[in-house]
Amino acid sequence: MNTLIFTILTLCVIGLVSAVLLYIVARVFKVEEDPRIDETEKMLPGANCGGCGFAGCRGLATALVESDDISALYCSVGGDECMGKIADYLGKAAPKKEPQTATVRCGGSCEKRPRTNTYIGATSCAVASSLYAGETGCAYGCLGYGDCVEACLFDAIKVNPVTGLAEVDADKCTACGACVKACPKGIIELRKRWPKNRAIYVSCVSKDKGAVTMKACKAGCIGCRKCEKVCEFGAITVENNLAFIDSTKCRLCRKCVGECPTGAITMIGLAPLVKKEEVKEEK
Amino acid sequence: MAKTFPIGGVHPSDNKQWSKGSAIEVMELPDVVNIPLGQHIGAPATAVVKKGDKVVVGQLIAEATGFMSANIHAPISGTVTAVDLQPNGQGIRQMMITIKREDDIWDEAIDRTDTLVSECTLEPKAIIEKIKQAGIVGMGGATFPTHVKLSIPEGKKAETLIINGVECEPYLTSDYRTMLERGEQLIVGTRILMRAIGVSSAVIGIEANKPDAVKHLQSLLGSATDIKVQMLKTQYPQGGEKQLIAAVTGRQVPAPPALPIDVGAVVCNASTAVAVYEAVQKNKPLIERVVTVTGSAVTAPKNLLTRFGTPVEALIAKCGGVPEGDVKVINGGPMMGRALSNIAMPVMKGCSGITIMVGSEVMRGTESPCIKCAKCVEACPMGLEPYMLAKQARKKAWDAMEANDITSCIECGCCQFTCPANIPLLDFVRLGKQTVMGIIRARNMKK
Repeated sequence: MNTLIFTILTLCVIGLVSAVLLYIVARVFKVEEDPRIDETEKMLPGANCGGCGFAGCRGLATALVESDDISALYCSVGGDECMGKIADYLGKAAPKKEPQTATVRCGGSCEKRPRTNTYIGATSCAVASSLYAGETGCAYGCLGYGDCVEACLFDAIKVNPVTGLAEVDADKCTACGACVKACPKGIIELRKRWPKNRAIYVSCVSKDKGAVTMKACKAGCIGCRKCEKVCEFGAITVENNLAFIDSTKCRLCRKCVGECPTGAITMIGLAPLVKKEEVKEEK
Repeated sequence: MAKTFPIGGVHPSDNKQWSKGSAIEVMELPDVVNIPLGQHIGAPATAVVKKGDKVVVGQLIAEATGFMSANIHAPISGTVTAVDLQPNGQGIRQMMITIKREDDIWDEAIDRTDTLVSECTLEPKAIIEKIKQAGIVGMGGATFPTHVKLSIPEGKKAETLIINGVECEPYLTSDYRTMLERGEQLIVGTRILMRAIGVSSAVIGIEANKPDAVKHLQSLLGSATDIKVQMLKTQYPQGGEKQLIAAVTGRQVPAPPALPIDVGAVVCNASTAVAVYEAVQKNKPLIERVVTVTGSAVTAPKNLLTRFGTPVEALIAKCGGVPEGDVKVINGGPMMGRALSNIAMPVMKGCSGITIMVGSEVMRGTESPCIKCAKCVEACPMGLEPYMLAKQARKKAWDAMEANDITSCIECGCCQFTCPANIPLLDFVRLGKQTVMGIIRARNMKK
């Protein structure tokens, strides 16, 4: 019986002494931290995606609290709403940014871009692109091994097994930019997000001359400049045999879409523009 | 006991039986050649001809851009039809000079006779200058400009010249046939190289699977004592520069940026020595080389003396055409070579062979998880840990890869060859090496 009491007492004493020690240590070595950092971190989405340029949400929260001018800091996952809330809480001017979405600029599906060889190797776009141009005649197009899929934390990008191309689910995309960094071909671009995920963009990044592009892919941009001429807003520029639509200037007028001879300009969520002559005929 | 390198190595079946018996044949001249400006390590050459220019065989068509670069000469005579981007073997567009052939007119300065000129009284500097003019690069595959290798930096001294006649790469026999058929030129070339770097002895390293080459060179040397033919135990990758130095001299080259010259060794390929002979004694620039075309399904495997710029498909056609079914055409051998997606690729300075693999030889096994058996660690001739490097490359841990000496990797493929789980180790290690090298270059630029 004595042994039992002695054991229990000893443990109690050790527990007490440790508690006192821990209390003293916690008091003496206490790190003073702005309590607002914790609050700000709670307001952030907590995705820890690194899209803001910091290692995680806490990094951004610390920066938001510590810097006076927060106009350069932005969480694309939370968007304007989240940033507004945080700015109100911190009493600073809220940074604003137009919402964006990742866009895969390649339309060379299996059907339009015939395979010329078969790749047997590590299933990684980075490895494949360090070895050679790819399974098709186009050295610029989507390889389809899914480095972007692996990089996406939001399940917003998938490789479509039918077309062999990466596709973005715009509703899930937070524009964190992880896929943009992961793509070794530089195909993915962050573009302005229109309501209802409408979009018009050139789904090609090939800088080859028109004839070369045409031979490799039926959906490639051949740099004919027809779209550039028809655009009233100066949103389209053609450089290195490749058209580019500036999403901040584009007004979704759809004129360029009908002009493109190869269908390289992709339109999402919009009805095709009816040409005037056709309207007259109908009347 | 025959010498070999101390760590790592594997024993793939050498499969040299198909092409080793066929004597070097001269390949027909192509009608059109594409000459890439970047055929060597270092800066691509700068074209000195333009569309419409007439050229003769051996005429300079592209000049070295800086020290770490090499001259390029016209392999055929005719008219330059374009200086433009053309797809290379990997389907990537690069600058090439296109020449349409008209006849076969040679530069008059070139001695085209077969007489052996063994006397060389040129100063070392003059020899190196001639080699530089001739655009000679390492012909074993690495294509390191030879004049750079021979220009010994101040404060360092060459002690041994090693001629690399190992040809450890399976399937290939171009160096072997060169040693057998052009042994005299090889020996004169070796003496010229010795003179250029100021050493009194040289070793020709040959693996034990080529005993006739050893015997042939020994009989040609006779009682001469300046050059020694060293038979080495067959083991891949003995032909690697650092492995060969370790095998022959017993010295280990430290990790990069150290070079072989830091242990007093200069290594040149056997075919390079022959090219040096031709450049110095015959004024003939590097315009052709022996290319092995081989494979289990090739009807008539051959060793072809081919002018640069000849499309690979023409070589394959001469050897019986592309076999039926799933085919993989490799520029080089199966271990170090690169698969081609475009067989219209022109033959270049570093193209020692074309290996054609068919059917099941082409396929890779299904990948399964790493069980940490450490076979890759045992096989790595550079003493690296490939399983870990590959994992770090997958996780994009470039700093960790650099700390683990990824830059020492010679991309020999022993790790992937030996992996029982079929993990694409080399694919990822190579990706990591490329990325880390890029990071290091960017850092040095900043400094």
